[in-house]
Amino acid sequence: MTEWLHMGFMQNALAAGILLSIVLAVVSCFVVLRKFSFIGVGVAHSAFGGVALGALIGVSPTVSAIVFAVCVANAIGVVGNQKRLSADTAIGIFFSLAMALGIIFIGLSNTYNVDLFGYLFGNILAITHQDILIIAVLGSLVLASIRLFFKELLFVAFDSEVAHVSGIPVMFLDHFFLTILALTVVISMKVVGIILVSALLVIPGAAAAQITDRYGAMFAVAIAVALFSTIGGLCISYYADLASGATIVTLASLIFFVFFGIGKWLKGKG
Amino acid sequence: MTACQIMTSPEPDILVDISDVWVRFDGKWVLKSIYLKCYEGEILGIVGPNGGGKSTLLKVILGLIAPIKGTILLFGQKPGGQARLNVGYLPQISHADRSFPVTALDVVIMGLYQQMGLFTRFRPRHRQAALEKLEQVGMADHADKPFGVLSGGQQQRVQIARALVSDPRLLVLDEPSTGVDSVGQEDFYELLAGLRDSLQRISVIMVSHDIGVVTSHADRVACLNREIHYHGETDSDMDSDIHQKVFGRNLKVMVHDARCVSCNMRHVDHD
Repeated sequence: MTEWLHMGFMQNALAAGILLSIVLAVVSCFVVLRKFSFIGVGVAHSAFGGVALGALIGVSPTVSAIVFAVCVANAIGVVGNQKRLSADTAIGIFFSLAMALGIIFIGLSNTYNVDLFGYLFGNILAITHQDILIIAVLGSLVLASIRLFFKELLFVAFDSEVAHVSGIPVMFLDHFFLTILALTVVISMKVVGIILVSALLVIPGAAAAQITDRYGAMFAVAIAVALFSTIGGLCISYYADLASGATIVTLASLIFFVFFGIGKWLKGKG
Repeated sequence: MTACQIMTSPEPDILVDISDVWVRFDGKWVLKSIYLKCYEGEILGIVGPNGGGKSTLLKVILGLIAPIKGTILLFGQKPGGQARLNVGYLPQISHADRSFPVTALDVVIMGLYQQMGLFTRFRPRHRQAALEKLEQVGMADHADKPFGVLSGGQQQRVQIARALVSDPRLLVLDEPSTGVDSVGQEDFYELLAGLRDSLQRISVIMVSHDIGVVTSHADRVACLNREIHYHGETDSDMDSDIHQKVFGRNLKVMVHDARCVSCNMRHVDHD
């Protein structure tokens, strides 16, 4: 049963998956608490435009995706804050624009050097040691910066109006979090893919929220859900010959539904 | 009607001084020439119809909206910045997410975050301060309960504790009757009166559409419908003595009733 662990590419995928699980789980808790789920979808899809831009101008897709996704995430934040436009309208416009630009960039570049499908759907065979290093460095940066602003992010998520009145820099923290969200999306692209990463930006936190009523427990359960889904998903995908990203997301979704049922049952009991 | 100014007596500190404040949204004046003062130790009620500018005035006081014209001073300073540290704010109950995974104590500690500063974690003394405030509002037994399972009235008490935990000089309450049943409301106003008596220097500004509640619990009441109308002001025969009584800071302003036509409100409740 441990045969898959001896394969070099699976070891890389597993190392990357474990690191990503922790980052995605922590970010997903704030995504759920701040009610930013749809922003996660928008930012994830916008990374595709960045990857395609990298292919067009000959820059590393990771670098161009970071720049592109960070810009789009913050643009959504700025436009979504205007009274005339609701946030979901802003997200809808920006994410389709980014996808459209991505398709145009691909058309213009006429290149097949970059595995675009790998970025869209995830390709664990393509995970290199360099990717693991990038995930470790950027992932640590994301976790460390969340740790720095943890209590402020929590206050803003709970009640942004009171947080603002009491002097917490709500707008700065929202843009800070959107930037973190964009970085998380980019480092997750190769393992789970752009299409499915938004699921992991929501499900671990959402599943944990079903059965916990303390934020500490919520973060711990979310990390456990993400780790279980990633490790279990990679294992199943290897033996059943399924796409790894899709298997991970399906497993995470199943856990969500189980926790949803448990949560309802616990509420009924209490 | 033109704006009116409260006649002041020199002794108590003026905590909030709003002078000729104008606010416009989308080409419409929401607040016109507002003059309002709130003194140390008083409960000032602001009543008015929905759309009359109550929330906007509150946001001006809290420093969330800058007026187009006019000045506003909180403790002699501009709103926002350092002045924020002296303001406790109780939002409408509906703003809080009931499923949010925090305890009552966690919510109160949030009121100390600004004092703690960035990058720091809370310490036992912060926890102690939060517990003391929960005790003061009669919620100490519920400190470790999830905020979401508390009743509307209990949540409101917890939020009052959060607003008070930084020892503010001014407490701003937005529609404190919303989402709380009538028993809870009575308890709340008793608590408020008790707090005002025990915390000598604290002042309260309370905004509500519920005229009856405000008039029975505030020291002074201002009617706001884009402009400030103090009750009784429409009586043109009012002599200077009555005028002094109506606008003098030591008097409870006349009880709002159906005769108060100036604020153009529907008298549905408590009349």
